[in-house]
Order: sequence, then C-alpha cells, then structure tokens
Amino acid sequence: MNIIEIVCDNISKSYSGKSIFKNLNLKISSRESLTITGRNGTGKSTLIKVLSNLVKNSKGRITVRENGKDLNAETWFLRTGLLTPYYNLYDELTGSENLRFFYELKLQENKKEEFINERVNFFLHEVSLYDKRNELVKNYSSGMKQRLKLAFAVINEPEILFMDEPRTNLDKYGIEIMNRFAGAQKEKGILIIATNDEDDKQLCDRTLNIEDYR
Amino acid sequence: MNKTIRASVLIFRKDIKSELRTRYVINSLLMFVLVTISIIRFALGDEKTENEILTGLLWISIFFTTSNGLSRTFVKEEEKETSVALKLSSDSIPVFTGKLFFNLVLTFALNFLILILFILITDYTIKNLTGFLITIVLGNFGLVSASTIIAAIISKANSKGTLYPVLSFPVLLPLLITVINATKLASLGIDTEKLSGELMILVSYTIVITVASFMLFRFVWED
Repeated sequence: MNIIEIVCDNISKSYSGKSIFKNLNLKISSRESLTITGRNGTGKSTLIKVLSNLVKNSKGRITVRENGKDLNAETWFLRTGLLTPYYNLYDELTGSENLRFFYELKLQENKKEEFINERVNFFLHEVSLYDKRNELVKNYSSGMKQRLKLAFAVINEPEILFMDEPRTNLDKYGIEIMNRFAGAQKEKGILIIATNDEDDKQLCDRTLNIEDYR
Repeated sequence: MNKTIRASVLIFRKDIKSELRTRYVINSLLMFVLVTISIIRFALGDEKTENEILTGLLWISIFFTTSNGLSRTFVKEEEKETSVALKLSSDSIPVFTGKLFFNLVLTFALNFLILILFILITDYTIKNLTGFLITIVLGNFGLVSASTIIAAIISKANSKGTLYPVLSFPVLLPLLITVINATKLASLGIDTEKLSGELMILVSYTIVITVASFMLFRFVWED
C-alpha cells in the first residue's frame, strides 16, 4: 500500500499584510485523520485551501510525499478530494453529467465508456442520487447538491480527503452518508476535516486548533 | 488520446453544452450584433460611403462584439463559483486550451453573421475576396488569443466590466491597426501578395500572444 504524507514546515498565510496563521508545523500520513478547529473567521478554511493547493502559503514549505518521494505540486489535485461550501458544480448540467465530466477530467488514461458509466452510477447510488441523475443540478435541493459534491470529492478515490464544514445542508440521512465516506477514507488514506461540530471531531484521531497559530 | 488533448476537448464540449443550455453569452451577443448593425444602417442612411470608413465600422462591430462576449468565459466560472471544482480536477493547460477553442468557435460564428449582415446593409464591396478572408481569419485568431488571456486575468478582479477595455485596448492596438489596414487594402482590390507584410504581422502577433498566454495562464489560474 502507498504511504502518502503531508508535511508542513513552518507555514504561514497572510492576506494584504494581515496574518491568518503563522509558524504552523504539521505531519500527517496515510490512515491518520485530523480535525482543524477554531472559531469562525480564524482561518480553518484558509488552511484547508492552502493544504489542498488552492491557495499558496505566504511562508514555509508544504510537501506531499508518496513512499518518501516528493510529489510535484501541480499533480496534487489528482491525489486529493475536497468538500467545501465555497464551490459549486455546474447548475446547467445534470448530476450524472457533472460527475462524468469531472471524473473524466481527472482520469490519467483512456477508459472504456462502460467503465466510466459504471463508476459514475456507482457513486450516484452511494449518495442516493441515482434516481435524480438526469435532472439538472439547478433543480436539486441544497442537501442534494452537497451530496453530489461529496460524490465529486471521492469519485477519483483520493488518497487525501479534505472536508470543510461537511454537514452543511445535510439532513440526518446525508450525514450518515458523509460519515460512511469519512470512515472509509480513514482506512485507506488521509482525512482532514475543518469543523467545530463535536460529532465530526469524533471521526478523527487528532485535533489542531488553528487559534494556536495566530 | 493524449491526456492534455482529451481534457481540453472535455472542457470545450462542456462549455458548448453549457452555452447551448443557458445561452449565457449567445443571446446577449446576438442582440448586440443586431443593435450595432441597425445603428450603422440608420447612421449611414442612403449616402454612399467609402470603403475606408466602412472597414473601420466593420472592425468596430467585430471588436465590441468580441470584447462583450469573450470576457464572459472565465467570468462565468468565477461568478457561479465553479472555477474551484475545475481547479480541483484539471491542470491549467487544458482549461486554457478548452476555453480558447470555445472562444474561437463563438467568435467565428458571430463574426460570420456580422460580415453577412454588414455586406447586406451597406455598399461594402470586396474586390480581393481571398485576401479579405485570410485577413479576417487571422485577425480573429489574434483577437481571440489576446481576449481569452485578458478574460482570465479580469475574472479575478472586482471591477471586471471596466478592467476589460482598459487592459485589452493597449494589447489589441497593434493587431487592430494592422488588421484594419489589411482589410481596407483587400477590399479595395490590392493583391494578396502585396498584403503579405500585414499578414505576417498578424501571424506573428497571434503566435506571440498565444505562446505568452499559455506561459502566463498557470499563474493567473492558480493564484
């Protein structure tokens, strides 16, 4: 089994001179999980964005390693999945079209049509959206959109899964689905959740309070 | 199929499908074309107008239609908050290539319409059709290459509407001067061979801007 590691060496992030967090050191490996906590506006989401390479850190170094070998930062997106409130999928496409488009984009080799269909349908079943697969996403409820985003985050079976406030818009049934994916991720890779929810904290082994790095 | 080409084709196809379903750009541009052409018709009246002036009016129509539409390809991704999902799924090169081809298709379709309407409502005569068509095609390639990267840059800004003309004018000025001159000469019947200087400038401009765009886009997209 591949061992993936994220190593943060003294990283800091500031916007327009205002420090969000500083001198943060972190090492997390496969089969480990971490909760990032902190009050609203203290930088939990920013840290998730920095770790998932959506935003560059201002200082320090982040390395993602596979079996001890550094990975090119430009290919991290192939290893990660992200579930956050600050992006949307395409409203004008159906749920099935969205998943298919993003899955095909992440594929590194040509796959047969049947293989792609099977995989997309499997994940639509997993998030209980198979019956609504041919409806435009703009007609989905906010909970259904969040479940589709969950399928989008995990469809490429990422080694690293980031979740930022994952319960947003989810009902009890949706939370059960989310917990199932989070549990599966802990078994095979890295799980990082930004949350203040006590139940979410129970999902992870370690906790990092972002307010300790202000 | 090479993975970069495959991803570019996927993004191009997605943009076409999205546009056909939402008509985010097409409807407003069609109206813009009709209004512009109508205003030109009313302004000219029945007076006989020189080809020099008509060429200028033709490129004014093409430039403003293009600048109205092409800026929206990236702005839409930012406004609808879908750019993050795209960033999480693809390298920057296929994104730029897909958007560039979408803009090319859109621009060629609209400019074909502008050209037909323009010829129908004015007395615009084209004496060297081959030279004219080559000029229009090369001009469009240059216009789309420059406009696509500018669209990507302004999509990150707060004042997108005002920034586009401010950024695009100086970048497009060499292209516009050359393309207007070449179009005018072709319409007056100058041989294509004698237009080779202008055509070489257009080809060079397009190559330089396209190469620079591919080099720059990664920094714009990943910021």
